[in-house]
Amino acid sequence: MRALVHHAAYEFGSGLRNRAMLLLLYLFPLGFFLIAGGLMIGLNPGFREVVIPAMVVFALMAGCLLGLPDPIVAAREAGIFRSFKIHGVPATNILLLPGAAIIAHLTLVAAIITVVAPLLFDAPLPANFGAYLGVFLAAAAAHAGLGLLIAVVSASTRATVLWSQLVFLPSVMLGGLMVPSEMIPDTFAVFARLLPATHAMNAMRGLAYGEATAFSSVGSLLVLLAGAALGVALAVWLFQWDRRAEGRRVSPAWGILVLVPYALGALLL
Amino acid sequence: MDPPAIVVEAFRKSYGDVDAVAGIDFAVAEGEIFGLLGPNGAGKTTTLECLEGIRYPTAGMLRVRGIDPSREPARLRDAIGVQLQTSGLPETMQVEEAMRFFCAYHGVEPRLDLLERLGLQAKLRAEYGTLSTGQQRRLALALALAHDPPVVFLDEPTAGLDVGTRAELHALVAELRERGVALVLATHDMAEAEKLADRVAILLSGRIVASGTPKALTAAAVDLTRVSVRSERETLAGHDGALPGVQRHARKDGYDVYFSDAVGATVMAVLDALEEAGDPLVDLRVERPSLEERFLELTTQGGVA
Repeated sequence: MRALVHHAAYEFGSGLRNRAMLLLLYLFPLGFFLIAGGLMIGLNPGFREVVIPAMVVFALMAGCLLGLPDPIVAAREAGIFRSFKIHGVPATNILLLPGAAIIAHLTLVAAIITVVAPLLFDAPLPANFGAYLGVFLAAAAAHAGLGLLIAVVSASTRATVLWSQLVFLPSVMLGGLMVPSEMIPDTFAVFARLLPATHAMNAMRGLAYGEATAFSSVGSLLVLLAGAALGVALAVWLFQWDRRAEGRRVSPAWGILVLVPYALGALLL
Repeated sequence: MDPPAIVVEAFRKSYGDVDAVAGIDFAVAEGEIFGLLGPNGAGKTTTLECLEGIRYPTAGMLRVRGIDPSREPARLRDAIGVQLQTSGLPETMQVEEAMRFFCAYHGVEPRLDLLERLGLQAKLRAEYGTLSTGQQRRLALALALAHDPPVVFLDEPTAGLDVGTRAELHALVAELRERGVALVLATHDMAEAEKLADRVAILLSGRIVASGTPKALTAAAVDLTRVSVRSERETLAGHDGALPGVQRHARKDGYDVYFSDAVGATVMAVLDALEEAGDPLVDLRVERPSLEERFLELTTQGGVA
């Protein structure tokens, strides 16, 4: 237990000490919130209704997809996990504690956005705060699971950027953050449902704001929960201690299985 | 008699078609310091990594205090202390934080005294990324010893260390021996191995080509003693074949160097030859062959003891 506390404290602290992490966890999403929030509401006053969930989901994507994988890949490439292994640090802690620390940071960011948005942009608060918190945690876990999976399947930090952007950019464009899901053409809408951001926005709007949604918001919450569990499980399964790790070597291609809940969501919801 | 702390039998490790280690055997007793010597790529680090449970043997048997490293990693962790050759910690992890972090995983109290002893007391709050290479090696060493493991593996432990810290490390190693710790030292530094190790094995291309105590190994250097002579007019060059006991002769840095199996007769003959030639003696040295010379002999000539 003492080891877990030390490890968790270290991971949380490193989110503040590491400048790149500080940028991706706080400065980037909060800066984007201030600039894009003001700009988008100026262009489309209706954006005011979704600015809180949209910017919170954006923060989750920035932290979990852009911020989380890179330090893990860099540590593996630098042989840092070998030091962890010889001292008995379990692989699950190496993966789960950075994920949990990032979610803790992002909870603070989400709280800032939730408090500041009504003051700056006259944005409406969630109608159901319990549901808001629940969906936030499910969406955070789903994105963190995906970020961890990207970290373990990426062969290098360069590959990490590619994999992260492959999810991040379509999520920004199609996830319902900038453009409401209802306005996205049908062909893209099906693809959009493969993205956790789409389900996060759908569940936020349906469950936390009580809005009518294009598809089941409870279904979206279940997809997020299943995606989180599968993402984390696959990440732990595919984890390697270093670049020349031996023993059970499973193809990283199995990581594609993380799409199963989202594909089922796209088919059934 | 206590069973050996470390047993390596018919150990082989292959990467594809290449045998990094091609079947070696050795054992290390408790309280013994065992040196693994060899050039780069000889298989030293591979052997250590398999004993540490980082890699898995292709064939053979490895035991560390009766533990199979590849099958019982959880039991192994508290039994061994490891200073890896290439490893690191996260850039932002502080020195004291690292000590507390890893000691917590071993279930022991942090050993801040070790950090102080290794000259890191002024760096407790420094982040790992800001430490010099020598400081990083010292921290790795402190972390390896912090949980008082009965078996310690040190891979090139003094690389990048200054003279003072190197001396402190040597004192620490002597203390570990007194406490009955079995220690395996992989190094390029022959003088260090000769000074510290009770026994050494010289690895070459994945095979042990010589093993024994440093004294026995150097004595096995075909029992030749080195006689180095320097004179004002360097008139000795033509005498090498005629001097008694001389097996080999070389010129190095202005010295005539004779490798002799009858050192007394050789020295007398050298002095006679110089007197006869009226060539004043400038310097004369008689030296026992070092482990390094034995190592070079083996690695350059492929000799087998």
